[in-house]
Amino acid sequence: MSNRRPASSTPRITDEQIIELVSKLQQLLPELRNRRSNKASASKVLQETCNYVRSLHKEVDDLSDRLSQLLSTIDNDSPQASIIRSLINQ
Amino acid sequence: MASSMFISDPVTNNMERARDSSKRRKKKKFQRQSGGGGRDQITQNLINNNNQILPWKSDAQQQVYSSKLLQALRQVRISSDTAPPRGRAVREAADRVLAVTAKGRTRWSRAILTNKLKLKFMKTNRRQRGAVVTATGNSRLKKPRVSILRLKTKNLPAVQRKTHVLGRLVPGCRKQPLPVVLEEATDYIAALEMQVKAMAALANLLSGGSSSSSGSGAGAGGMISQPPPSL
Repeated sequence: MSNRRPASSTPRITDEQIIELVSKLQQLLPELRNRRSNKASASKVLQETCNYVRSLHKEVDDLSDRLSQLLSTIDNDSPQASIIRSLINQ
Repeated sequence: MASSMFISDPVTNNMERARDSSKRRKKKKFQRQSGGGGRDQITQNLINNNNQILPWKSDAQQQVYSSKLLQALRQVRISSDTAPPRGRAVREAADRVLAVTAKGRTRWSRAILTNKLKLKFMKTNRRQRGAVVTATGNSRLKKPRVSILRLKTKNLPAVQRKTHVLGRLVPGCRKQPLPVVLEEATDYIAALEMQVKAMAALANLLSGGSSSSSGSGAGAGGMISQPPPSL
């Protein structure tokens, strides 16, 4: 057998396992948490997961930008702070 | 243990622990799970899944992450010298620290840490190809043009298509089957939420602290070395 089957059709992964994984994922999603787990299809859960991961990534990006700005501000302040401190302490 | 001495002030506790953890942080140990036994691993992980997710939500995990993040940010500051640290450098440091906090048990954390090494070797190749490579740090910034054209064929069922998309978003999960992607995504989302919380708290702390009291502001100043002068 030179050709292998695509990875998605691996045997012995039961549907129940997949359903359980999907429901667990659904519990984490803010959008779908309110609904009962029976009603959300796997496709919808996957879609919401993608959207949620993207929004989390964007939030992390914004926070990193903010942190980098704060770090540079603190860098600028510290030499001035040390100078002012020495002036005050004299 | 030095960390047991600083119990009273939780904020300075973090800062002191950051200095101690820098000495221990040098070596990262990866716990390689058996890649061959994929099926058994998944059934086992189904059982352990709750045990893996809940730790992300605990405060202790967030404190560990925050202290390590402070260490990494300090290095980012030092390495960038006069130029202001870019947002991307902070982002990559945050992701790296997140992967380290995960202790290498999940695929995405291992992928983040190994991609860091790959980027250093593959920098010239990346410029030549010009397309999106496996480096997850860059794939978020560039639009994945090539792969979307392939995926929008009508032959693929919707679930499989979305699995591909999700596999691209979660680092290290491209070409993985659905159950693996689902499981990695579950852990990754919990980790990302913790990352957002920790970074937001840190940003609030550094910017003078609207949520924290003035005591923690002084603690943060002590961490950085010089507190801003209050005149």
